This record gives sequence, structure tokens and C-alpha cells, in this order.
Amino acid sequence: MAKKSPLSPEARSIINARVSRRAVLAGIGGVGAAGALSACGSSGDSGAGGDLIRWGNWPLYLDFDEDAKTYPTLDKFTESTGIDVKYFEDYNDNDEFFGKVQAQLKLNEDIGYDLVCPTDWMAARWIRLGYAQKFDAANIPNKTNILDTLATPSYDPNREQTLTWQGIMGGFGWNTEKNPKGVRTLDDLFAPVNKGKIVVLSELRDTIGIILLAQGADPATVTEDQYMNAIDFMAGKISDGWIRGVKGNEYAEDLTSGDATAVIGWSGDMFILASENAGKFDFTIPESGGTISGDNMMIPSTATAEAKASAEKLINWYYDPAIAAEVAAYVNYVTPVKGAQAEMEKIDPDLAKSEYIFPTDATMKNLSVFRSLTPAEETAWTEAFQKAAGN
Amino acid sequence: MGKIRTPYLLLLPGFLFLFTFFILPILNLAQTSTQTPIAGGDTGQYEQTLRFQNYIDAFIENREQFSRSFVYALIATVLALAISYPLAYAIAFKGGKFKNFLLVLVVAPFFTSFLLRTVAWKQILGEEGFVVPTLRTIGIISPSTTLTSTSFAVVMGMTYNFLPFMTLPLYASIDRIDPRTLEASGDLYANAFTTFRKVTLPLSMPGVVAGTLLTFIPAAGDYVNAAILGSPNTKMIGNVIESRYFKIVDYPTAAALSFTLMAAILILVTLYIRKAGTEELV
Repeated sequence: MAKKSPLSPEARSIINARVSRRAVLAGIGGVGAAGALSACGSSGDSGAGGDLIRWGNWPLYLDFDEDAKTYPTLDKFTESTGIDVKYFEDYNDNDEFFGKVQAQLKLNEDIGYDLVCPTDWMAARWIRLGYAQKFDAANIPNKTNILDTLATPSYDPNREQTLTWQGIMGGFGWNTEKNPKGVRTLDDLFAPVNKGKIVVLSELRDTIGIILLAQGADPATVTEDQYMNAIDFMAGKISDGWIRGVKGNEYAEDLTSGDATAVIGWSGDMFILASENAGKFDFTIPESGGTISGDNMMIPSTATAEAKASAEKLINWYYDPAIAAEVAAYVNYVTPVKGAQAEMEKIDPDLAKSEYIFPTDATMKNLSVFRSLTPAEETAWTEAFQKAAGN
Repeated sequence: MGKIRTPYLLLLPGFLFLFTFFILPILNLAQTSTQTPIAGGDTGQYEQTLRFQNYIDAFIENREQFSRSFVYALIATVLALAISYPLAYAIAFKGGKFKNFLLVLVVAPFFTSFLLRTVAWKQILGEEGFVVPTLRTIGIISPSTTLTSTSFAVVMGMTYNFLPFMTLPLYASIDRIDPRTLEASGDLYANAFTTFRKVTLPLSMPGVVAGTLLTFIPAAGDYVNAAILGSPNTKMIGNVIESRYFKIVDYPTAAALSFTLMAAILILVTLYIRKAGTEELV
């Protein structure tokens, strides 16, 4: 859920709440979540002990009971372990969150969280700077349940400091009325019918990753030349008026309003759109390949030893396939836990068949992970991307 | 002594506020603007090297967005003035007992968030709003023309969002005009247009100057309208600063751009006030 947007967290949570399938079904779900958020919004607690941990996660990223205003899997965790969890839905943006806690991390002062959820590239930065703790493997026996595709990222090859919370596939989404034959290649995306109505993601690893794959390059080994080539391609499509926007998850709104007819988008958002508007939208991984990234559970260097042990138990809890399936039934992103699909059969057989949540092996083979960038590359490549996007 | 000290003591809270929330951040921004990346450091790590070249680089690289910001802000200000003047005039002279009610209507949009109002415009101007299909049916725009993600939408959003800043000062100065001066002008054989040009407009100039400044200054630094209603080809300098600060994590360039923007606005405003000749009134 590498969601980027120029909006404030408040506006984002409103927009997020609007597109959440369940929030729509429940009517006031988003308001409830916002209420729960503000109720626990003050992080005035000093360092947590072993029986209380504080978890900062992205909004609408954990199963939520609209009626009881509780997080069922989290409550069950507390029941079974006696560990209380303060859950904050305030990880709105990787850069923003990092900016907020950076100074305390540097001084090794409590940042107010014992568990955070950065996207891959940001997790890589935390690890580089020494801001993440190594897991005690004995506390996380379920760690072996992680999907093979996600098990060996370059920034943490043995998954010693991070474990994927949810996986996010990047691919093509489209309006089926305007693109009856579907959008499977970059040429399909830039078909005349979509001119001026194409939106691409503001997450460069997805947008440029997909362009790279279409150009025959591999995001896992991309060179600067290949990257800049792909940037030039995107910049050209922007100045020629093909691409109307480079956006975070607001592209979903553009699709529903008809302002966009084809996008480079994320699986979770497209799942919601497809299920809310029967048949009107579809999503697929490009023939030339799509991207997969993840948001990761990570224990900051400032967490106490007791809190760390408790956070590890929590991580282990969510790597139990039955629990992971419960979460997946709500959030609709790619579940990183093996065995969750079988568990999902018991909850909702339709969802168990969903390619969005449980991509088949064939799909998985067609997904690439963008390689880690050095700090110098990160700055220069982000700058090139932002400039192409008009910034 | 006590008498002399009192005014200063009364100023203290205001001074402390400005010091904490204006002077200190400005100083911090100033020292950030001349930093350079630490060799071999991680993203976002900078050191002070007093590199004033940052300013020139930042300006040259982004002059397109700079000029776009000022052009958009200027158009929005002129449009807001054209819409607000008759409105303020009507409320002041023809509002009667509804004056206060009409003023509340002008201010009412402020009761909702700036962001939500802008997002609402995106929907109104969107493909499935009523505006685009209507204009297409009448034939004013072609079937392939869209309204969102255009400079038109950005300027319109800015005009709309800053309209009350223009209307209220205009109203305040027009309302103060003594209607008898208009009658006197008529008695001296001035026609309606001459009365407006020679009496009403000069007397309302303080409102015009205050209104245009209150609209132009925030409009030039605005980035919300361009972000929500615009496209990559309509980005303003505020969008660049936001992206430099939060996305590229290039604090020095963001700081240098902020200072350049402040300086540019300051110079334009000074020239404008000189020209308008109403220093004592604003």
C-alpha cells in the first residue's frame, strides 16, 4: 500500500474510507474507523512494557468490525496472549512517517511505536541506517510461511528484520466499456481510445517497473541508462497529453468518475473497484510482467526488549494462515502467508479463488521486485521521476 | 515606568508567537537552503556548506513552474476581482436588510474544508458530472475535450477558493462610501460610468488593493488546486516544493525555492502597492 498523495492525512482517510468496499457496504464504516483513530490518536504513552505494544499501520489495512468498532483478529491476539495492542492507523505516507520519527530514531529515544509498516524501499532505508531490530527467530516460528516470491528481498535477504504485512501487485486496470478487449500490453494502454485518460502511479517502482518490463529490461537488475530511458518514455507520454495524471490511490476515483479509462494501478484498489461496479473495471498483470512490492512489519531500534518480544509474538500471530486469511478477507491485497488460501475456503470460497489475493504460480512468476537503490540513486531517480511528473 | 512598559507587555504574546512560529522556522529554512548532501550519506542527510548556488540552480530548473504560478495567480486574481466587484457592490448598496445574510452566504463555503471543496469541483467538472455532458450536448466543447486536468480547471479552482478573500475587503470599502457622494456626482452632470470611474472606484481602491493582495499571495503559493484539478503539465511552484521536500527529500532545494517564492511575491507586492499609491491604506 505504497500510497502517495498530495492530500493531507485527513483528506486521504476520507477518500480511503470512500473507496473501501466494506466501508461503503456498512455506510458509516469510514466514520467509525476515523473515530477509532482519533480516540487513540494521542501517543502520549511513554515507552511500552511487555504487555502493551504500539503498532502504527496504514489506514484500512486490518480487519475491522464495523458494528462493534473493534479489530477482531487483534482482540483474539490479546485474549490468547494477554498482550494489549494499541493500534494506530496513522502510517499515511512513507516519507511523512519517516520525517516524523527520524529525529528520535537518531537520538535513540522512544518514537511511540513498537511495530511499524514501511514499504520495501523505506524498510531498506531503516535497515541501512540501523533503525530496525533483528528478530528473535524462536519467537516467530510461522516465519517459514512466507511466500517464496517475498522471502528473499535484497534489503533483508533472510527476512531477519522484516516480514511482509501485505503484498501489492502493480499492473493494468481499465474500464471494460472503453477497452472491451482489455489492456494487456503497453500498446493497449496507450491505445488512441485512452488518449488523455491514462493515469499512472506516483510510486515510481510500479510505474517505471512496468514500463521497464515492457521495454525488455528487468526492474530487479535495472541500470541507470535503462531507468532513464523509461523515464523519457513516460515524460514523452505526459507532454504529448496521453497521461493525464501521476497519482497515488486517487486514480481509483478517476476511473469511477470516467476521467480515466486505463491506468497503471494496484491490485487491492482494483479489487474494490471491480467488486463495487460489477463488470465495469478489470485488472491484470501485463503480458510483459507486473511488479510486486510489500509493506513490512518491522520493529524500530527504539523498542524495549520486552516490547520487541511481544511484537514478535504479534508478527507470528499474523503469519498463522487462519489469521492471515481473516485479514485478507478484509484488505484484499496479496496475502504473504502460505496456507491462507486453504483457510480462506472456510471463510469465503469466492475470495479463495481471487487472483487478486492469491495469485497463481503463473502470475507470481510474471511479477518482478524492483531492486534496492543506493541513497544516491534513490535521490537522483526520484528526482528524475518527479520532474517527468511535472514537479 | 509602568505606563511605558504596558504596551510592550501587551505586545509580548504576539511577539513570542511570531518569534516561535515565524522567525525561528524562517531562520531554520534559511540555513537549510544553503546545505549540500553529505558525501556517502543516506537520503535526506545534508550538511552546511553555504552553497548559495542552490538558489540559482533551483530557480533555473523550475522557472517554468514559477512563471506558471504567477500567470495562474494573476488570472485568478483578475477573475475574482471581476466577479467580486459587482457582488460586493450589490451587497453594499442594494443588500438592504439582507446584507448580513448575503455576507454569510459569501463566507459559508469556508465552513467546509478547502480540500473537500476542491475535490467537489473535481467531481462537478468530471466526466460524470453535469457540466461536461451539458457543454458537449450544446456543442460548446468537443466530445474529446475534458475539463479536469487542464489549466482552466486549476485557475477556476483558485478563483473559486479565494473569492471570499476578494469579496470581503471590497465590501468593507464599498460599504463605507457615502451614497451622497454618488448623488453629488450625478448633480454635477456625471453619467453613471463617469460616476463609477471618478467616485466609486477611487473610493473603493483600498478594498481593491487589499482584495487583490489577499487573493494573489495565497494563489501564487497554492498547490492544492494544481494537485487535485490539474495535470503534470499544470504543476505550480508549490507542487515542486512539496515534491522536493517530501518525495525527493531534497530539503535545500525546497528551502531555496520557498525563499525565492517569498522574495518574488514581496517584490511584486511592493511594486504593486507603489503603483497603486495606497501604502497608508493597506
